[in-house]
Amino acid sequence: MVSIPPKRPIGATSEVPSVPETTNSQEARELVLKDPALAAFLAWLVPGLGHIYQGRTAKGVLFFVCLMATFAYGCYLGGSRETGWARVVYAAWDEDDTRLPFLCQIGIGLPAMPALVQASRVRNNKAPILNGFMAPPRQGDRGVGPTLDELHQKLHTYFELGTVYTMIAGLLNILAIYDAWGGPVFPEPDKKKDDEDEDEPEAKTPSGQGGDQGLNG
Amino acid sequence: MGNLLLADMNVHHLWYAIPLIVTVSLVYAATRHEEMAPILHHALRVAVWIVGFMVIVFVVLALIAWWI
Repeated sequence: MVSIPPKRPIGATSEVPSVPETTNSQEARELVLKDPALAAFLAWLVPGLGHIYQGRTAKGVLFFVCLMATFAYGCYLGGSRETGWARVVYAAWDEDDTRLPFLCQIGIGLPAMPALVQASRVRNNKAPILNGFMAPPRQGDRGVGPTLDELHQKLHTYFELGTVYTMIAGLLNILAIYDAWGGPVFPEPDKKKDDEDEDEPEAKTPSGQGGDQGLNG
Repeated sequence: MGNLLLADMNVHHLWYAIPLIVTVSLVYAATRHEEMAPILHHALRVAVWIVGFMVIVFVVLALIAWWI
C-alpha cells in the first residue's frame, strides 16, 4: 500500500474552497483547489494547466502528456504532407458538411483553436494558412485543397482513426476539467472497511461526489 | 462464417486501440485519485477491464456470425 505524507495543503490560503477528507484514508489529505472556475478554464485551455495552477503538478503533467499525445497522434493520422496535417480537426457548419466531431475536439481547448481561425478565413474567402492545417475541406469555390471526398480517398481509414483519436482527447479533457474544478472523485470505500468503521463515532463520510460503480476493484 | 469474420477484420487496426486504452485508463484513474501510485494501479485495472470487455464483445459477435 502507499504511504502518504501527513496532511499538507496544496493551495495557499484557507479561504479558498477545498475538498473534504475522504474515506480513502491512504489518500486522505486536504486538497485546496484555489479558484476552481479559473482552474477549470485553464484546464480547458491547455490540458493539465489547471492542475499545475493548483499545485497538482504530477497530475497536470499526466493529463498534458496523455491528452496532447493522443490529440497530436490523431492529427498525425488524419493528415499527410499532400493533404496538409490535422485535416480531421476542422470546423464546418454547412448543409453539406456539419462537422459534429468538432464539438468533441474543441474540448481540448487551445490546440483545436486553429480550426476556428481557418474556418473563419475560409468563410471570408481567404486562403487557409499553414498548408491547410486544420482547414475545412474545399466546398465548391470555397477553400482550397482537397474536398471531403478526396480526403476520405487519400487518408482511407486514417481519416476515421484520426477523428476518433482527436475526439477522445477532447472528451477526456472534460474529465480533467471536472477534476480541476471539483477535485478527484474518490472511489467508494470497501464495504468490509465500512462495516469495521461503523462502530467508530468519528468515522469519516464519503465526500459526496459519488464514485465509480464497476472499476474500483 | 466465424472464419469470415476474422478474415474480414483488419487485425492490424487493433494496434491503434492500445494507445487509446492506455490514455483512457490513465486519465480516468487520475480523476479518481490524487497520488500517482493509486492512479497507476487503478489505470491497470481499468485497462484490464476494457480489454476484457472488448474480448467479450468480440466473442459474442463471433458466435453470432458463426450461427448466422
